[in-house]
Amino acid sequence: MLAVVGTVPDLNTPLLDAPVTFEDGKLLVGKYTIAPDRGTPALLMAATRTSQHLGLPLPHAFLIGDEGLGDGSRELYRHLVEVLQDRQYSTMVFHYLQPDVDWHNKILLTIQSLPKKPRLIADAGFMYAAKMSGQATAYDLFTPDTGELAFLADETAPHPFYTRGFILHKENKAPDLISRAYANENAASCLLVKGNIDYIADVDGILATVSGPVEEAMEAMGGTGDTVTGMVSALIESGISVPEASHIAAQANRFAGCKARPTPGSQISELVPHIPAALAEAIAAHSDNGSGS
Amino acid sequence: MKIFSFFKKWQARNKDRQRADRGLLIFENTSEVIRAELVLKERGWDIKVMGPPSEIQKGCDLVIEFPLIEELNILRSLKKNGTVPLEVVPVTGPLLTPVNLFQIKDFGDHLMVRAANMKLTVEKSSLIIVNISGGGCPDVPFLAACMIGKSLDNAPRPREIGHTLCGYALDLAFEEMKQKCLP
Repeated sequence: MLAVVGTVPDLNTPLLDAPVTFEDGKLLVGKYTIAPDRGTPALLMAATRTSQHLGLPLPHAFLIGDEGLGDGSRELYRHLVEVLQDRQYSTMVFHYLQPDVDWHNKILLTIQSLPKKPRLIADAGFMYAAKMSGQATAYDLFTPDTGELAFLADETAPHPFYTRGFILHKENKAPDLISRAYANENAASCLLVKGNIDYIADVDGILATVSGPVEEAMEAMGGTGDTVTGMVSALIESGISVPEASHIAAQANRFAGCKARPTPGSQISELVPHIPAALAEAIAAHSDNGSGS
Repeated sequence: MKIFSFFKKWQARNKDRQRADRGLLIFENTSEVIRAELVLKERGWDIKVMGPPSEIQKGCDLVIEFPLIEELNILRSLKKNGTVPLEVVPVTGPLLTPVNLFQIKDFGDHLMVRAANMKLTVEKSSLIIVNISGGGCPDVPFLAACMIGKSLDNAPRPREIGHTLCGYALDLAFEEMKQKCLP
């Protein structure tokens, strides 16, 4: 089963450790309705719609309210260390969480001690902590955007806020930055870089790119990266290899964007309903073309 | 056995990385350090007073190590108490400075400013903030919920309501956008 770990920007949301249900278009975790505006709720919605489409069980969610002070994230970290020993997840994705190296390391140690290690995906704050901790190579997939890729490539930066200018300015940057991130062991086994061109890469270099269709407005929309990460997580859970799942998810997100016909003011909830049709199209295209770019 | 060998490998690999999420507050004199230590400890922050690394050429003989991600929130607490540090630097690179490069994208009816990992978009005709994207700290969705739909001149400043470095980066994008759009 896929487990999704993250936060919601509402301090009234208690620690939730419950399966997801999807009823009448609403996403529920336990008895709580989660609005998929952006962040982890958007990821969870995309993962749920993808799981449904693939005929998989819906994800299990670990969520808590956190507005940035980190108290919620730390409570969730504490809970995970307590309960993970008794759980069996085949894929886990960690998302908007307060980056904290100590807690990251405790979580990873707990996971490494399980009889069967789940496939690990990190994005957003937890990816920052994974890079800072020096344990990036323990992960199967990171899903950075271009700015976050520069942070992974800058071996001294503790957060994207401190990424050095000469790295941000690199021409033809993504391929160079990917090499640099791998050279410093600051990347997961596979990278899905979300940008004008999406790159799927591993330590040997670029495996595939996805560059169309183009909806310029998606760059401005909050949550478009979260939906990619949600889709790829469910695709990996279905048994597809990480690079192939990344390729399909990147392509499906573009198809969904195209179907939604967004403006820079559109919200992610306008894209989400198109995920099943976009996935069907991307999976069919992938089957027709083999696994190449 | 498996976990033991993993742990050994881990320890060797990460000797230098354990403090990677820490920053240093540099003050003019030790009295300020003591005052700041009191303020931060009273509020429950996980901090440590220590000697400065050799790269730091300014300030006094003591610095305060703190959780860097929470820089925005910590600076706000110190400012309230009149104990503002001379400088804030990351432990991993005391010479690193905050990002100061902005990328601007004109969509025609909308304008987007990007600072580091944060993007802010406004509708040009109304100056309403229509989207916030990027980032990874948990205050980003909170900031988006507070700011989207508000006009540039009366939206809350991320610096005032945010808590993390992502909030700080969004504040830079917000200020740059104001410079570009407001008279």
